[in-house]
Amino acid sequence: MTCQEAHKLVVQAQDGRLPLIKHLGLRFHVFICKSCTAFGRQMEFLRAACRSFPGDED
Amino acid sequence: MAAIDIPTEAAHLRPTLLRFAKLQLRNEAAAEDAVQETLLAAVTSGESFAGRAALRTWLMAILRNKIVDHIRRHAREPSIQAVNDEGEDTDFDALFAADGHWAEAPADWGNPQKSLENKRFHDVFEACMTLLPEKIARVFMMREFLGLETDEICKELSISTSNCWVVLYRARMRLRECLQINWFGDEPGGVRV
Repeated sequence: MTCQEAHKLVVQAQDGRLPLIKHLGLRFHVFICKSCTAFGRQMEFLRAACRSFPGDED
Repeated sequence: MAAIDIPTEAAHLRPTLLRFAKLQLRNEAAAEDAVQETLLAAVTSGESFAGRAALRTWLMAILRNKIVDHIRRHAREPSIQAVNDEGEDTDFDALFAADGHWAEAPADWGNPQKSLENKRFHDVFEACMTLLPEKIARVFMMREFLGLETDEICKELSISTSNCWVVLYRARMRLRECLQINWFGDEPGGVRV
């Protein structure tokens, strides 16, 4: 699996369940790939940002 | 802890609710209506809350429902409908080299909590959301701010599943790019349009 393929799966996993085989392939890729790990964290960050918007306005 | 005075506290939370609703609906009057109904529900509910945070959580849940209701009622209008001719998800191919590796490795964004506690961050994030084309923003916000499942969103907006995925992909990639440039990158604090 290339990073280009992996990043699309990372995004897809945010919006639904991946088929098991893709899920496992992605887990393996991310385990050995620093860049895609960072990308995955960025996607998680986006979600956290949406959840906390608009923050505390006091 | 004594129960808080709901009308007073609700009035205090009004600007926060309105900011959220405006971003979602991109329509001042509709946002005002949704917030008004939400506050009314709080005042007449007879519920009691131990603190402002608890009230806020409760109000946000009601407001989300009001916004979803509004979107459902208006789902057939062209301003809300997403289009089907959005193309393929190849827009971001330039991020990758020919061999499928990242052309530029994604940056480490550090401790998320630090950004989320910064008031300025929410301004930048809001500006990035506003820069998204309306139809893309609509789908993304239904997913992330209103908490709908992807299937539900496709159904509500009558768009194909594959289009839904492409739109969500595009939204996430654009927001990432916008935050990278304007918050984590060389131009922190100001959004470049």
